[in-house]
Amino acid sequence: MSWLRFFLRSQADAELQEEIDAYLAEETAENIARGVKPEEARRRARIMLGNSRSVRETLWRQNTVFLVDALGRDLKYAIRTLARSPGFSLIAVTVMALCIGATTSLFTVVRSVLLRPLPFHDPSHLVMLFEHRRDPRSNQEGFNYNPVSPADYFDWRAQTHGFEDMAAWRWSQFNLTGERGELPELVIACGGSRNLFPLLGVQAAIGRTFTESEDRPDGNAVMLTWNLFERRFGGDPSIVGRQIHLDAKPFTVVGVLPKWFTYPDATLQLWVPYAAGLPPVLLGSHDRHFSHVVARLRPDVSLASAMSQVGAVQYRLHLQYLNAPVAEDVASKNINDDLARDVKKPLLILMCAVACMLLIGCLNVANLLVARGAARQKEVAVRGALGAQRLTLMRAQLTESLLICLAGGGGGVLLSLAATRWLSSAWKDLPNAEGIRVDGAVLGFACALVFMAALLAGLLPAISSTGKAAFAALQASARTTSGNLSRAALRKTLLTVEIAVTVVLLIGAGLLLRSFVRLRGADVGCVTNNVLTLDLNLPAQKYGSPQKANAFNESLLEKLRAMPGIRAVALGSNLPGEGFGSDDDFTIKEHPPLKPGEEIPDALARWADPGYFGALQIPLLSGRFFTSDDRLDRARKVVVSSLFARQYFPGENPVGRTILVLDQNNANYEIIGVVGDTPWQVGQPIRPIMYFPILGGGSESGQSLAIRTDSDPLAISVPVQKQIATLDPELPVSNVLTMQQAIGDSLGNARFSAALVLGFAVLSLLLASVGLYGVLSYLMSQRTTELGVRMALGAQRDQLLRLILFDGMRPAIIGLAIGLAASAGITQLIRSMLYDTRPLDPAVYIAVIFTVLMVATLACMIPAWRASRLDPMHALRAE
Amino acid sequence: MSKKHHSDGEMLKDTLDMMILRTLVTGDAHGHTIAKVIERTSEDVLEGEQGSLYPALHRLEDRGWVSSYWGASENNRKAKYRLSAAGRRRQLARETSRWRQMIRAIGLVMGEEATAEGGTR
Repeated sequence: MSWLRFFLRSQADAELQEEIDAYLAEETAENIARGVKPEEARRRARIMLGNSRSVRETLWRQNTVFLVDALGRDLKYAIRTLARSPGFSLIAVTVMALCIGATTSLFTVVRSVLLRPLPFHDPSHLVMLFEHRRDPRSNQEGFNYNPVSPADYFDWRAQTHGFEDMAAWRWSQFNLTGERGELPELVIACGGSRNLFPLLGVQAAIGRTFTESEDRPDGNAVMLTWNLFERRFGGDPSIVGRQIHLDAKPFTVVGVLPKWFTYPDATLQLWVPYAAGLPPVLLGSHDRHFSHVVARLRPDVSLASAMSQVGAVQYRLHLQYLNAPVAEDVASKNINDDLARDVKKPLLILMCAVACMLLIGCLNVANLLVARGAARQKEVAVRGALGAQRLTLMRAQLTESLLICLAGGGGGVLLSLAATRWLSSAWKDLPNAEGIRVDGAVLGFACALVFMAALLAGLLPAISSTGKAAFAALQASARTTSGNLSRAALRKTLLTVEIAVTVVLLIGAGLLLRSFVRLRGADVGCVTNNVLTLDLNLPAQKYGSPQKANAFNESLLEKLRAMPGIRAVALGSNLPGEGFGSDDDFTIKEHPPLKPGEEIPDALARWADPGYFGALQIPLLSGRFFTSDDRLDRARKVVVSSLFARQYFPGENPVGRTILVLDQNNANYEIIGVVGDTPWQVGQPIRPIMYFPILGGGSESGQSLAIRTDSDPLAISVPVQKQIATLDPELPVSNVLTMQQAIGDSLGNARFSAALVLGFAVLSLLLASVGLYGVLSYLMSQRTTELGVRMALGAQRDQLLRLILFDGMRPAIIGLAIGLAASAGITQLIRSMLYDTRPLDPAVYIAVIFTVLMVATLACMIPAWRASRLDPMHALRAE
Repeated sequence: MSKKHHSDGEMLKDTLDMMILRTLVTGDAHGHTIAKVIERTSEDVLEGEQGSLYPALHRLEDRGWVSSYWGASENNRKAKYRLSAAGRRRQLARETSRWRQMIRAIGLVMGEEATAEGGTR
């Protein structure tokens, strides 16, 4: 009601005017009727009415909501002041837009990846369970959160009661062959236990989830993800109930998962039952760690007590299988953290970096506002002298910073829409990438950010420019500078903080960058130049017997080696730097048996053809490579890596010794050679490796080809794929990359965070230098008269140059010192992300000191030079 | 009714509202008529600066105690008429009794019981 009145008050005023006119007319007419002369009649009517303006003002005030009115006036003033200096406004708004945009984008990603619960039923009660080794050395190697072996999972589920239920899933992959001549495709799949989907609270979008009877080794049910359903089967619901061929085996499609279900990640194409295709021996094993266990806590049981039950079961198992890698304990992890394990730390670091940048942006705008406050000192003083309250004056100033931040926030949100899309597509390892979008909560965050930034940027200048000292401006003559000194000190303090934060950012970025460069240059132990890599999977159905697999592999190698432009071809289960693959425990025949509690030897397992080491130029240190004679039943030979020899045969020659490999076959292998070390992933500590002959009947885990070429390796990729298709048109080929690309992919994360942090740091440096320049220019203009006097008294130009330069460099140097000290502490937090780089890397510190000093000098040089060029007469006459 | 006595503002405002409502009991009237009626019935005591009547009229309209329409005056001029809003007649009674209490109270304090009982006369 009163709001309506407020907005209609001009209309009310117009009506009142009309009414007053009507009154005057009536009264005048009455007076005339009484016989008064018209002129006099009108005068008396006016006297009778009283002051018509004051009547109108009374009504106007009556209709006014004062707070809104004042706000509106402040807003009007703020818009006018900002419009009067478009350069300043544009800079300030751009700075805020950049800072708020970057912060909002990062927050969007952090929220979707780390904060938002997965869209499962009651996700707060879901945890991931892992086998956990207690000794610190295993934990360093990442065994503190080890995947679970099938039999452990079955025992946990059967023997504990703290959890409502437990479900398991495992990674897998299949050759999906076409039913009607479509191209074969290697699809990433998961095996999920029957109860996984009910446990997560997920229902099939079409059809149903797995049943008890399907979760068996001979189970042949399959569920499609929405992605595969749409992409490959055209979204036709009649696919449910039909058969598709995985690894040439028929599977019946029982259901399609909903579109939003992209757990555990979006590359996943289909689900089979957990036990499907797993040999019963494997299902009964306690030492094959490949399952991920999801458990739902009972509401009336604490996590600690539920975990202690599972821990007790696991400890019994550990004692039962002392000589096998069965961990003694279990550990749990939040299901979100488990998904985000690779990106959590980089994300948090980026969030910190972007918050620093926002802080610098706010300080910069505050600095600019303080400068303007100084220019408008007289105005503020006059308004104050005329009776404006301090709060009113501060409100006017805050409105200005709020307006800047609002405009910046609007631009920032638009910017973050684009930036977020780019982030989620460019950052490969991000889980739940499809779920990343700007929504209400994010907009709320942006709004909060805007008001916080406005307060941060506006409060300091508002307080400083409206204090008691402000009124001194009225008394001050043009020549006194005392009133400005405190303001200059404030600006210098702001600047010092700005530079300190910038230094921290720069050092963080420098360390990440240096670590990335080290990582890139890290020794891979083999040739990477001009090498084409690709993966292919021989389906067991078709290449089940060793003879068949060997026949295919050997004819493939023969054909490829005969192709022009190809120098050498390596065939193996894994290529250097391309992942963990699998590992096996073993014992050494010639060594005394292990004492109870002693660590069982363990090494990565690789399969290689006779030409593998030669083609990849992995050096032979002793013994020999495989020959084509090491095949089938003569294949019980193993080549080990140099670290393997050093770690397990210290001071002796391993060649000729025998190891008993504890896998499904438990067979003896003779060590025939030692080769150079290669990392399983660049940037990770190397591990001992044992290579088995691939001609023994194929590898357990897929096959990779590395083809060394004369020139551009990608040019030869199509002829190679054609060659493979002539041997088996149903065999899909995947991950066709150069070796450098394949290794570089694993560095993507490191490169990405280093580049982003560096970007933020450079922006911050830019902001800080603009701030430095602004403060110094302002100081100089304040001291023009003083400088003129100095010159007139005989000061030399280079003395003035030094004076101003020193004035500007002091906050820069103090900020630098504070920043360096702070970095020394803060960078310890990113230690775990650094490869071969210490948090106190002197090169980075020196580079940052040098850069900051350079930029600061540059920013100070211009005003200082201008000061030294002053014409003393002109300076003295100024004002 | 003088605007100079700001401290009396609230009470005077209420009194003015009450007097306006009282004049409207006899029928619709426009501003000039209301002013004249108050002037005349008060035996010319309450005259002068009659313009201050208008903000009060607007205030009463905002409260919904009176409503208005544009019509022609007795002399055939355009004028805004006010009338007591329907269902608001009791407002006058309430205002009047409050005012009587107030006057009596003041009278008691000032030791003029007789006049207090008798009203303003």
